Parts: sequence; C-alpha cells; structure tokens
Amino acid sequence: MNIHEYQAKEMFREFGVNVLEGVHCKSVDEAIEAYDSLGSEIVAVKSQIHAGGRGKGILYDPDSGEEVMKGGVKIAFSREDVLEFSKNICGNKLVTKQTGPSGKIVTNMYVEAGCDIDHEFYLAILVDRDRKSVLVMASTEGGMDIEEVAEKTPEAIHKIWADPSSGLAVEDCESLSKSLGITGDSAKELTNMLGSLYRMFLERDCSMIEINPLVRTKDGIMIALDAKVSLDENANFRHPWREEVRDLSEEEDVEIRANDLGLSYVKLDGNIGCLVNGAGLAMASMDVIKLYGGEPANFLDIGGGATLESITAAFQIILEDENVEGILVNIFGGIIRCDMVARSVIEASKEIGLDVPLVVRFSGTNHEEGKAILDGSDISIHTVNSLSEGARKIVECIGGGN
Amino acid sequence: MAIWVDEDSKILIQGITGKQGTFHGTRMLRYNTNVVGGVTPGKGGQKIDLEGNEIPVFNTMSEAVSQTGADVSAIYVPARFAAGAIHEAAEAFNENGGGLIVCITEGIPTLDMIKAVDKVKQYDGVRLIGPNCPGIISPGIDGGCKVGIMPAFIHKKGRIGIVSKSGTLTYEAVAQTMSVDEGQTTCVGIGGDPVSGTGFIDCLEAFENDPETVAVVMIGEIGGSAEEDAAEWVKENMSKPVVGFVAGSTAPPGKRMGHAGAIISGGKGTASEKFVAFEKAGIYVARDPSEIGRVLVGALTDAGLRET
Repeated sequence: MNIHEYQAKEMFREFGVNVLEGVHCKSVDEAIEAYDSLGSEIVAVKSQIHAGGRGKGILYDPDSGEEVMKGGVKIAFSREDVLEFSKNICGNKLVTKQTGPSGKIVTNMYVEAGCDIDHEFYLAILVDRDRKSVLVMASTEGGMDIEEVAEKTPEAIHKIWADPSSGLAVEDCESLSKSLGITGDSAKELTNMLGSLYRMFLERDCSMIEINPLVRTKDGIMIALDAKVSLDENANFRHPWREEVRDLSEEEDVEIRANDLGLSYVKLDGNIGCLVNGAGLAMASMDVIKLYGGEPANFLDIGGGATLESITAAFQIILEDENVEGILVNIFGGIIRCDMVARSVIEASKEIGLDVPLVVRFSGTNHEEGKAILDGSDISIHTVNSLSEGARKIVECIGGGN
Repeated sequence: MAIWVDEDSKILIQGITGKQGTFHGTRMLRYNTNVVGGVTPGKGGQKIDLEGNEIPVFNTMSEAVSQTGADVSAIYVPARFAAGAIHEAAEAFNENGGGLIVCITEGIPTLDMIKAVDKVKQYDGVRLIGPNCPGIISPGIDGGCKVGIMPAFIHKKGRIGIVSKSGTLTYEAVAQTMSVDEGQTTCVGIGGDPVSGTGFIDCLEAFENDPETVAVVMIGEIGGSAEEDAAEWVKENMSKPVVGFVAGSTAPPGKRMGHAGAIISGGKGTASEKFVAFEKAGIYVARDPSEIGRVLVGALTDAGLRET
C-alpha cells in the first residue's frame, strides 16, 4: 500500500525527519491560501498521485484530451504562478512514465516552501531479500532514477544494513555520510535522520521509504525534499490508522472488490480470461497461454478457501473486462475439490449467462468427479487434461494463436 | 533416504486445536505421518482426537518437545501470532538437539519475518521452511511423512527431488514426474514471501548430498534474485541434473502477483532473466510446466539414468 507525499511528510515530521513547511490542498483557492500562509516567495506546487515521475509528467484535460501543462511538479515564483499552476493541475489528468497512458486525475496538491539547494542525494530504506535485513541505500546522484544510476554509475551507490536485533549502527551511518562526501554538522544530521527513518520503518511497518532528492541546503541542513512511503499490507492488522490514509481512488476498483472476496486479481491487456487456484499456477497459466499464441486478460488466484460465491464473483470480474473472448479455468485440487469447482462453474455460468468459450482443466483432488460433472452438464464446456492442452484449446476457440 | 523429514520424524502441530491445525493434522495422520503432539497455549493437558488417534496437547513448545522428543513442527497459527510461534519453536528445538520448523501461515508481516529468520539463524541445529508455503513431504512405502497442506495422494516414493516457491505449481511438478513414471524423494515448498527461511540453495545442497535423489525439479517465480543465485550454485556445485521452470513471464512490472514476493521492481526479477541464468548454468529448462515431465526424461537419459 502506498501513501501520498503529503501524508509521508506528515509521518516524517512526527518522527523528527527534516521537511520543509507545506500545506495539503484540494482546490485552487486552497493553494493560494497556502501560498499566503507559507510566507515563502518561491514555492513548489506538487501534484499528489502515487505514481512516480511526476516532475517529467504531462497534464491533460480529461474531457478534451488536450495538453494543459508540462510537468506535474512546478516551481512558482509568485502568487500568479501558484494560481496558474494549481489551475492546470487540479482536476486534470497527469500522465507519467509510471501511470501508463491512461494517467491519473489529480485531486490532491501539496504547496511547499522553497529552500537553497547545495546538493541533491538519493536515499532509500527497504527490505533486502537476499540478506534478510533492512537495507539503507544512498547515492550522490539525487533526482535521478536509482535504476539508471545503478546501471550507469554503480559506484555512486552506497549501502549499509541494519542488524535485525541491534538496528542501525552509528558507525555505519557515519561511514555512509563519508562515502557520500557529507561532513561536519550535515553528517551528524544525516546520522540522526537515518535513526529516525529506521525507527519509522519499524514502527509503521514500512516496506520502503524513498527520498529522492534528499538535499543539503546552502546552510548545511539535510532535508527530505520528496517522500515516497510504501507500507507492508501484511501488517495492516496492527495499524488501524491506515484506513484513514488509504486513497481508494489510487487503486483499481475491481482489484479492491476482488480482494474483499478473497480473490487476487490483476487486469492485463489480453483477451483470454484465467481462473486459477494458486499464485504460481495462475502466473504459469498466463505464461502458457502466451506461449501458445494467446494473450492473457488477467491474473486471478481464487485462493485456498474458494466457495461457490467467490467463484461466481470471479467469473463476473473476469467478464467485466470487455476484451475477454474466452476463459481458461485451471485447477489443481489440493484443499479445493474439483467437484466443488465444477458445480460452481455450472452455477456461475447459469447465473451470469456465460456466453464465451470455456475450457476447464482439472487435476488433483476429485478431478475425475469434477470432469464428469462438467461433461454431463448441458452447458458447452471443453474439458482437457493438461495445462498446455487447455491453453491450446482456448487459443483455438477464440480463433487466435499460431 | 529423503531430505529433512522421513517416516521416523516426530511431528508437532502448533495451533493443533484451531480449524486449520485440526483439518490438516487429520490429513497428515491419514498419510501415516508420525504426529506426536500439538501446542495450543491454555489447552495443555487435553487430548485431541484426530482420525481415532489421541494426540496430546501442550501449553508450550518447550514442554511439547521435551516430552515427546519431536524434531519437526508444523505451524498453522494465524499470521499475527505466527512469528512468535517460530521464535518459540526455535528456542525449544535449540534446547533439545535441534529440529525443523515448517511455517505454513500466509500473511506474516515482513519485519516479523526478518526477526524470526535472524533468530533461527542463531541456532545451528534449527531450520525454518516457509512461511506462506505448502510445506514438505517425503513419500514412503505406505503413506509417508507429510508436513503441510499438499494433497498427499498425488505423490509416490521415488528418486526425484522437488523444490518450489509456489504451492499448486509444486503439485503440478509432482504430477509431471508421475506422468513419466518417476516418484519423489522429498518435495519442498519454500514459499513466495520476500523474507523466508530455507532457500533454493539449501534444498539443492541437501538433494545433492542425498544418495536417493538422482535429479531435481526447481520451480521459481518472478521477484528477487534467488533463482539467479541458485543457478550459479548449480553451475559450481551440482553433479545431478536439474530441471527448471520460472512462473511469471507475462507478469507486468510493478504489480504484485498474488505472492507478497512476486513482483518485478525497477526492471529486476523478471522471468526472462531467470530463464537465462538457468540456461547458462546448464539447467534443463521447461517453458511450459506441462513439459516438465518430458524435459526430466531428457535430463535423466542424458545422465544415463533412464533408457527413454
């Protein structure tokens, strides 16, 4: 789960991480008010969406599709600038490298005071899967994509790791400062900041904190100029406050509904729907459809606790996607019994009037009973014995493939 | 022989009186798995009837291990208590000569797992498999040792080792070995979480050292670089043939595909990179899981272990 920059910065303030004065705004009037209250001549007017690449994004009028402004983050030198920029941002569609062509309508803005920048750094705290510990990663190349830096100038990236029981060592923080060329009071500030960020990472169950750029001002002060925070959803149970910072408009409506039903669904661009049990098998089913010349329309894992209701809902969700021309059901029964799935498939197809070709592959628990139920029903279903047979069959049914 | 569990293993079930613990405990016993007890705090001293067996329930792992001599524990407790259950099991096994912890639970916070894995690492004789995995099974002559939630009946004792990040894809791999008339020594589901205990390399090493295992099927998925590291290890150390598949070639970047760890981030962790690493290491690659059986036969034939 991601949160907005303005929410992340509120969290930073709470943990004592330096940020500039800023105000969250939802309208042009609020933006002007914010400018007046900040008392800083130069301010940044920042679009608040979860995707990155805002600065280099382009704003479009959502109705006409016409370009409105280049850049979703603008530096304003006057009250008039703030008026113009906030007008161009608020309610318009921001398309960035990460949003895809459909973009995001911006309804939240952040107006932030300016500062005199001496140098921009990159800083991130995240989970290192290989070392099984929390990693602090920093680079002297602030403002750039870290992937790009990793590729072009890997020597500019410096890393330290937290010990799972004793945490971040002060000596490691100091050596990180040294590697980044940060000295004196600025180095002390960075050590303190890392301590605060690490504490926040643990207490708020983050999965990532990214600050790009982290800046040193002309006065030597270290400030988090940007803030991107992702939270570990597995820890939601101990953080009830997350309900309040969650922005549902940033999530796919259908993915939220699927999630509420115990389904895991991700929409893709193809035309063959998939209904599978297990995440790995669901991915493999998509891969094999593609291998035999088809294009998967979705990832869908019905999970180990699927019921008649959730399977019916799964079919409905798949069919909401107008591109879907056929569906492959691939079940390897373990806890889930294939006969139960077979009955659910029949019920669901009757209830929602399933009118696209359906190919079903059963294996594992009660697969013979499941196949017999489908073969004996009066609805048109192709039953197959293996995943590759199923993938080939569904591709053939919709007249695609090679 | 098999790796880590066999018919002599003595199993405890943490969370035995809960719905999951009772359900899967019953199925473990049906497979003739040697379940010697269970743990549910506050229910110590009771007996629970599973398949006509009176299984003793203990309050703590320490009591359970010292009184039953168990060397394996299966964890079926809810996510918020699961990391605590791992800590308790690790301490209890450490005090009693070591043991294997198999954590089935899905949805444990990552930071809890970092602490739990660190704890287990401090104890030489203690191993953790999982979390968020189907468990481990070593088929025997009459039933076998099943520590987890996999359907037992699809397995048969044999000479192939299987290791996988995914549950149902492990079953698919098992079915594929069976389709070419090969059975399994041990099948290990290592789970799809970003931070977990036993990894691919631990399993490969154990299979390499297991005299009964002649070949290994390894199933990976997108996210992280465990598959690449495993491929490197295979190249340097493995004398037995390995057949590999990676799920997620069609997964879009930046989207979590069901498993917490299955995500391509910053262009890293893609299936194509992993397939390339497999090929470079001389691993026999199946691009379609339905082909694993056929590829395995080829690998066994090349190694002079099978006619066709």
